[in-house]
Amino acid sequence: MGFEWVVAQRFLREGGMQTLLIMAGTTIGIAVIVFITGFLGDMQRDLIKRTLGVQAHIVIRPAEEVARPLRDAPATATALPQVQARVQRLRSVDQWQALLPALEATPGIIAISPIAAGPGIVTRGDVNKTVTIMGIVPAPYVAVTRFNEKIVSGDLRLDPGDVLIGTDLAKDLGVGLGDKVRLSTPTSPGDAYQVRGIYDLGIRNLNRAYAYVGLAPAQAMHALPGGASSLELAVDDLFGAERFAARLRGTMPHEVESWMQANPQLLAGLSNQTVMTLLVRFFLALVVAIGVSSVLVVAVVQKTKEIGILRAMGASRGRILRVFLLQGALIGATGALLGSACGYALTFVMSDILRSSDGTRLFEARLEPELYLYTLLAAVVLGLVAAMMPARRAARLDPAQAIRV
Amino acid sequence: MNAPIIELADIRKTYYEGTAVATEVLHGINLTVRAGEFACLIGPSGSGKSTLLNLIGLLERPSAGSYLLKSRPIQQASDDERTRARLDTLGFVFQFHHLLPAFSALENVMLPGLMREGAFTQQQRANAQQLLGAVGLAGAMHKPPNELSGGMQQRVAIARALALSPDLVLADEPTGNLDTHSADEVFALMREFNVNRGTAFLLVTHDPRLAERCDRVIQLRDGTIVGDAPQQRSR
Repeated sequence: MGFEWVVAQRFLREGGMQTLLIMAGTTIGIAVIVFITGFLGDMQRDLIKRTLGVQAHIVIRPAEEVARPLRDAPATATALPQVQARVQRLRSVDQWQALLPALEATPGIIAISPIAAGPGIVTRGDVNKTVTIMGIVPAPYVAVTRFNEKIVSGDLRLDPGDVLIGTDLAKDLGVGLGDKVRLSTPTSPGDAYQVRGIYDLGIRNLNRAYAYVGLAPAQAMHALPGGASSLELAVDDLFGAERFAARLRGTMPHEVESWMQANPQLLAGLSNQTVMTLLVRFFLALVVAIGVSSVLVVAVVQKTKEIGILRAMGASRGRILRVFLLQGALIGATGALLGSACGYALTFVMSDILRSSDGTRLFEARLEPELYLYTLLAAVVLGLVAAMMPARRAARLDPAQAIRV
Repeated sequence: MNAPIIELADIRKTYYEGTAVATEVLHGINLTVRAGEFACLIGPSGSGKSTLLNLIGLLERPSAGSYLLKSRPIQQASDDERTRARLDTLGFVFQFHHLLPAFSALENVMLPGLMREGAFTQQQRANAQQLLGAVGLAGAMHKPPNELSGGMQQRVAIARALALSPDLVLADEPTGNLDTHSADEVFALMREFNVNRGTAFLLVTHDPRLAERCDRVIQLRDGTIVGDAPQQRSR
C-alpha cells in the first residue's frame, strides 16, 4: 500500500483549496453529527433521570384485584345490573421472598429492591403532612435508584427509628438532622422517628412526597407483616426495559410495569426525538458523502493525464483504484478526528448554555471514547463508499487516451 | 546479434468508429528491436507511429498478429501482467514530459521504484540522485516540475524512464516541443545512456536532423513499414 498511500496524500495536498474545503465540510458535518448524537444521548439519559426521579426501571406489584360476578348463577337468581370495581387494598407481592433468587439469577437484572410503601402522615407539633411512607433496604435500593446521590445532608442509614425526608418537607416542618418527627399510618397510631438524612430529588413535589424508613418498621406500620408491596428492579439496558418486563410478565402472576409503561408521554417524546435526530444525522452523512464524491469526481478529471502516466509507468488498475479510495478514506478520517473534537467542544459549550428552570445544566458534556471510535469507523467507511464511483472511473481510464488529453 | 526485446509479427490494429465503420491503421507490421539498439521511427502524421508505439508500450492491444516481449507472448496477457511488464521492461518518455506536479524532480525519478517496492528507499534515492546527476540536474533535484524549463523537465523524464534500468525506452517525440539547443542536449543524453548502459531506445520523431543520427531508421507510411535501414553511426 506504500505507493497508494504516498500518491493519495500528494494528490490531496496538491488539491489545495479543493481539499481544504471538502475537509472543512466533512468536519462540520461530522461535528454536528457527533454533537447531536452525544447531546441526544446525554439529554435523554438526563431527562429520564430527572423525570423518573427514584422510579425503578421495572416494578413488580401484586396483580390488581378484580370483581368476579357470578356469571354461572342459576337462572332463578337475579342478575346484577351493575358491577362495582373492587377497591385495591394494600397487599404484598405473593411469595416475594421465593421470587428473589429466581430474579437474581436472571441475566440482565442488576439489582432488586423490596419496598413496603403505603400512605402515612408526618407530624411535627400541630403540622401534618401526608406522605408515602417507603420501607426500604438501603443497599439494594441504592443499587436500583442510586438514591445515595440524592442525599444532601446526613447519611443513608436506616436503623430502627430513623427516617429520611426531602428538603422541601424538612423546610415545611422546620426540621433538620437529628430532629424528631412522628410517623403514623391509617393502621398504626404512630411513633417518633429521628431525621437521619435529607434528600433532594430535584423536583419539589417529590421532595415532599416520601418519607423513607427501614423495611421492617414500614411493614409493621402498613400492616404488611413480612410483606413487600412491590419489588423494584434495575436492568442493564434502560431502553430495553419494556422488552424485559414483557418477558417477566409471562413467568409470574404479578403485574410487571416498566418505566416506559409508567411514563408513556415521556417515552413517546423520546422516541420522536430519536427518530428526528436519526433522520437529521442520516441526511447530514448523505450530504457529506455526496460532497466527497463530487470533489473526487472533479479530481479524477483534473488528474486524467497523471493517471495515464502512472498507468504507463506500471501502476495497475487496482493501484489507481486504491489511490482514490484512500483519498476518500483520508478525507473521512480527517473529518472524523477534527469533527469529533469540534463536536465535543460544541457539546461542552452548549451544556453550559442550556440550563433547566432550576439553573442546573440540562445535560453534562461527557467524553465518550466509543462514540468517537464509531464516528471514525463510520466516517472512513463513508469516505470509501463516497470514493467508490470516482475511483472506479479513474481505474477504468484507458492510459493511451488519458496521456493524449 | 543481441537478444530481441520485442518481436512483432503481422501486427494489425483496427479502430471501430461506432459499430459499422472499421479503420485499419496498421497493416501487418513486422518489427524486431534488439537489446542495445538506438532506433527511430519516422513517418508523416497519421502514418500510425503513435499507435505502433502504444502497442509496443502495451498501452493498447493489437487487433491481430503476435507480439513477443523478451520472447514471451504478451498480447493476450491480463491487464495486470501487462502493467507489470511495463514496469519491469519498458520506460516511457512523452512529448509533453508528463512529470507529476505533486512530486519533486527527485521523487518523480523515484516513483518507479516506489511502484515496484511499495516504499521510498535509500537505494532508490541514491539511484535517482545519480541519474539526475547524469542528466545534469544535480542542483535542481528538489524543485517541483513547474519550476523547471521544458528541456530540464524532459531530462527528468528521461531519468525517470531509466530508473528501473529498463531494457527498452520508448520515446514519443521526446524533443517535439523543445528548442534546437535543448533538443540536441536531450538527444545526446539518450545516446549517452544507450552507449554507457546498453539501454535500447525507440524514438518517434519528426525531426530529420535527429533521425539521421540514429543507428537505425524505420519509416512508416499509411500503416506499413516502407523502409528499415541501418545507418552509419554518426554523432
